[in-house]
Amino acid sequence: MSRTFIGMPAFPRAARTATADAQLRHNLRAATRTIRGKRAAAVGELDDWAALRAAGKAVKERTLRHLDRYLEQLEASVTAAGGHVHWAADAAEANRIVADLVQATGHSEVVKVKSMATQEIGLNDALREAGITAYETDLAELIVQLGDDLPSHILVPAIHRDRAEIREIFLRRMAGWGVPAPEGLTDDPRALAEAARVHLREKFLNARVAVSGANFAVAETGTLVVLESEGNGRMCLTLPETLISVVGIEKTIPTWADLDVFLRTLPRSATGERMNPYTSTWTGVTPGDGPQEFHLVLLDNGRTDVLADEVGRQALRCIRCSACLNICPVYERTGGHAYGSVYPGPIGAILTPQLRGTGGEPEASLPYASSLCGACYEVCPVAIDIPEVLVHLRERVASAGGAGHRVEKAAMAAAGWVLGDGRRLGAAQRAAAAARSLVPRRLPGPAGAWTDTRDLPAVPGESFRRWWRDRRVGGADTEAES
Amino acid sequence: MRIALFITCLNDTLYPDTGRAVVRLLERLGHEVVFPESQTCCGQMHYNTGYRRDAQRLAVRFAETFGDADAVLAPSGSCAAMVRDIHPRLGRPGSPLERAASRLAPRVHDLSELLVDVLGVTDVGAYFPHTVTYHPTCHGLRMLGLGDRPYALLRAVRGLKLVDLPEAHECCGFGGTFAVKNPDVSAAMGTDKARNVAATGAEVLCAVDNSCLMHIGGTLDRQRAGVRVLHLAEILASTEQEPTRL
Repeated sequence: MSRTFIGMPAFPRAARTATADAQLRHNLRAATRTIRGKRAAAVGELDDWAALRAAGKAVKERTLRHLDRYLEQLEASVTAAGGHVHWAADAAEANRIVADLVQATGHSEVVKVKSMATQEIGLNDALREAGITAYETDLAELIVQLGDDLPSHILVPAIHRDRAEIREIFLRRMAGWGVPAPEGLTDDPRALAEAARVHLREKFLNARVAVSGANFAVAETGTLVVLESEGNGRMCLTLPETLISVVGIEKTIPTWADLDVFLRTLPRSATGERMNPYTSTWTGVTPGDGPQEFHLVLLDNGRTDVLADEVGRQALRCIRCSACLNICPVYERTGGHAYGSVYPGPIGAILTPQLRGTGGEPEASLPYASSLCGACYEVCPVAIDIPEVLVHLRERVASAGGAGHRVEKAAMAAAGWVLGDGRRLGAAQRAAAAARSLVPRRLPGPAGAWTDTRDLPAVPGESFRRWWRDRRVGGADTEAES
Repeated sequence: MRIALFITCLNDTLYPDTGRAVVRLLERLGHEVVFPESQTCCGQMHYNTGYRRDAQRLAVRFAETFGDADAVLAPSGSCAAMVRDIHPRLGRPGSPLERAASRLAPRVHDLSELLVDVLGVTDVGAYFPHTVTYHPTCHGLRMLGLGDRPYALLRAVRGLKLVDLPEAHECCGFGGTFAVKNPDVSAAMGTDKARNVAATGAEVLCAVDNSCLMHIGGTLDRQRAGVRVLHLAEILASTEQEPTRL
């Protein structure tokens, strides 16, 4: 059903396709502008935003510093509350655990509430191979699933689709997955939402097994927390008999008191709301109420490697609000697919290469998918210095010395030599000035990309350095004459 | 006051007019200007592209060159930010580089900071009878936090009409080697910026960073938009007796 990200082209190639797609550019521009305007207004209402941001950063930093301890506490709390904890080192292990758990229930269908972690590990494909059908129930995830598409945004996975496209997808695909779209469906948002509601209601009422993610896992009580807008998550969390939650280990926070700051910063950063419409929490099992079997799958999948990197580990503070995507001028022009990962935008550009390593071509291209404008750092509610991590990862890619970087390394060394001494720079400038009539208006090689759309400045006849020296010499002569 | 100029490699080589304007302006205001000739580059390009060691060498050189200066003026927002925010982080805590760069950092200023905060002047006696719009640049906006300073300086210029730039806070898409490594996105961002600039009807786009101006100006030229780009220094250096011509 869903295509995998493997084999996606590197970022600049994917971006070329995206920037040439006028409909996509229009959809992204409209959507990101709307959300970031709402976010700015919601954040602007608070006079202690800087303090909240610092507090969120501090909680996450403290937790990550002692993550081993909090994870053991989380396991003990979940177990004491009647749940079961499973540890998954990588995607394959996590997928196997979930598939085994579902098969043990004797059912072959699951409902899912949007979970980045299960997207990251490709759970739906793994379940399909095990003979299990997974139904996405988040509205945007449903659109993506029905459209045989990939999510393009963390919070609004179908951000790249407009409502006419959504109507078309519903009419064409809903019938194959359950309750069909009503005849005469229009592209009115309310009509589209109603069609999805009717389609999903059947799934909720029939499902015996649910798979969820979580925004937070509170170590002291073993409580999992989901923040959402639609209430579909709550249906998944309460109606089925068995609930399986797949959660990255970095989602742990120590106490309920620590939750306070995130309940205030996440909704404002994410949807521009003061509070999200639905906040659901669940702790183990309660006899006669809700799922009677609960499993927590704690996912590593590269996270301890990220934790080991002094600069890069701050990426694990991310609370998946998407504010960095919505503000990013690069994301706005490429959309999420260009990033070749379930984590797009600036956070994806630092998280994906760390989780997967920088050995592959798409991963090695991601640290460069930014102009380092700093807007992402400015809006991040947990103050992740994304530009700092991007540059840190560029260092890793450049020192590994892939094909394109050997030439670059030589050029940087040459530039370093020229710039290492004022006299050498002066000599290089004189050479450039002497040859300035020979500088072509269209540059060869990779630099040609520049001159394809922009004019280069003309090389002036005299550098500042030369002017200063001539002026000083001239001044000295004048003084000598007087 | 004695002010040491850090003219930056790009300004030195491709935009000497900016340096000349800075000298003219500061001398007009009665200050002594020096240009330590051993200076070269802040290492921003190396650092941003992932060549930290090359950047470290240039940071050490910068600290040696300007260590004794009372005030350093860098007429480039991104280079000033590089020296002030990044140089101290290029050395390990307690290392000679970290200590030297940290000591120097508070004395490094962008032109608008030097004029408004250090020299305490907003009206520099400039005359520039043209319609101007201002692009705040990412480093000036977010790393240096220049705020209203450049606008205040421009508003005090006689004859100058300052017009708002739509979506001013958005990156122009230059980003150093980003323009080469991601040419399509960079061009798309530059095109949008140029469209916003042209929509203001301004004759001149002003900024404190010639690298951004090179990118936006190159795009405007290609579009035959008829808008000139000028560094803030060149507008502030302009007087009735010696006007900066378009």
